[in-house]
Amino acid sequence: MLAQIKKKIKSSDIYKSIFRHGYEDTQRNRALMVVDNVFLHLHPVRVSRHAVNYGYTWGMGGISFLLFIILTITGVILMFYYRPAAEYAYEDMKYLMNDVPFGALIRNMHRWSAHLMVITVMLHMFRVFLTGSYKPPRQFNWVIGVILLLLTFLLSFTGYLLPWDQLAIWAVTVGTNMARATPFLGHQGPFGPELGMRPDNDIRFLLLGGTQVGPPALLRFYVLHCIFLPLVTAIFLAVHFWRVRKDGGISGPAPKKI
Amino acid sequence: MHNLLKILGNPDNFPIIILLFTVYGFFIYSMKKAKRNDERGVPYEADETDKVQVWPYLVRVEFIAAIAVMVFVLLWSIAFDAPLEEPANPTLTPNPSKAPWYFLGLQEMLVYFDPWIAGVLLPGLIIIGLMAIPYIDINPKGNGYYTFKERKWAITIFAFGFLVLWVLLIFVGTFFRGPGWNFFWPWEEWDPHKVVAITNVDLTELFGIPTYNPNGALNPIASILGGVVVIGYYAILMPLGWLWLKRKMPDFAEKFGLTRYIVTSYLFLTMIALPIKMILRWTLNVKYVWVTPWFNV
Repeated sequence: MLAQIKKKIKSSDIYKSIFRHGYEDTQRNRALMVVDNVFLHLHPVRVSRHAVNYGYTWGMGGISFLLFIILTITGVILMFYYRPAAEYAYEDMKYLMNDVPFGALIRNMHRWSAHLMVITVMLHMFRVFLTGSYKPPRQFNWVIGVILLLLTFLLSFTGYLLPWDQLAIWAVTVGTNMARATPFLGHQGPFGPELGMRPDNDIRFLLLGGTQVGPPALLRFYVLHCIFLPLVTAIFLAVHFWRVRKDGGISGPAPKKI
Repeated sequence: MHNLLKILGNPDNFPIIILLFTVYGFFIYSMKKAKRNDERGVPYEADETDKVQVWPYLVRVEFIAAIAVMVFVLLWSIAFDAPLEEPANPTLTPNPSKAPWYFLGLQEMLVYFDPWIAGVLLPGLIIIGLMAIPYIDINPKGNGYYTFKERKWAITIFAFGFLVLWVLLIFVGTFFRGPGWNFFWPWEEWDPHKVVAITNVDLTELFGIPTYNPNGALNPIASILGGVVVIGYYAILMPLGWLWLKRKMPDFAEKFGLTRYIVTSYLFLTMIALPIKMILRWTLNVKYVWVTPWFNV
């Protein structure tokens, strides 16, 4: 009876239109599993044996990407409960931490994943350096990786302000005060005053929308954190992964040109 | 002692502890692999002919790693709440005010350099220097496997920059810096009223040349001498290094080229300038090497 139903479902037009093949243990089917799946087709069909060895790659690149996905999902959920205005932001955080079902859990996951991602990105970079995987033909992909490292820092830093508590505002104040000292562009930087830089027109003012970390800075950091930086990061991630694939996998000499 | 416990107990500092263990742990682990490869002659990872299918051999590793990470993040999030302090108050400055933990290395550099160097120039050069690595390191060996013997210089310099100058400074900034960004040993109480005698002097003052004249104006002789020291640091060491390279390794110097050498030596000397300045501060209380009306080094 069950077997009959199973057979009926498996031979239906709907099922066949969704799932293209089963799990037969053949070389051909294993290859199809990868190339016929939009999520897996970034992989080649076959990789070197050492490439799947956990002790070789430490898995840090993949884990960084996984954390980016976790951060996107938990971040979208948090956006439902958070308003980036100075009079609401902290109240919304309190509401989220105390009253929203699983609100504290989602926020904790977002924060800890963010910290973890900073670590895994640095470790990924360290592994790539130690295995010499930035050598030809992967030089430019390393450069893209450095940009992604910078984007990870910026994402984490802009998100740090959003809880709008003492920790957030002062950590961001310490960080953005550096911008004052930018040569030529900051009002306390070398040659800044000579070029007419004042607290209300220098590069820090541009970043914060004010002379101190206030409501305009909160809105700016919110927009950067939730829209601009994730979009830019996604684009660089796509290029990064595509180049890994085109350059013949995660490491090793260049693939032979056909 | 209870300050240390407070720092350790702060859930926001847990990542730093993870960072310390993973970074140094991975480095020891990879150097073991490098040693094994170097002794074997043919690295284990160099065999590109031995292939396995992605389904299931790679996909299953990714799947298990993904589950492990998600379980870890979930348990961490159940166990520790993310911090939420008092509402933002621009009129109440906490002491010490610390940047997010991953920037504490930069904040620690502020002790030794003015903000335009520690907060703008050096971070910019770190990013540019990292991007330049593949174009500077023209050694074709060690592509795709762990080794130390074949890349002694590259690994030593990178490990020094990352493990000492980046990670160790984050560690110091987190655990040893208290109110007023003063240095406190873990067993010391954080005393917000700690008085630290400001005995720092400028480098020229060590030689009896005051930075400022009695009327308060900058002493041009001190300024010029400071400039000579800073510019001379680059202007003397860079050509010397090039001549040394040409004499000792003419083939390599030929392949490396002058442009690449200038970029590399500039980045390297700037990186080394940080520990030099730190040592000058610790031993001779040097505040500035070079004072000008526009900027100080």
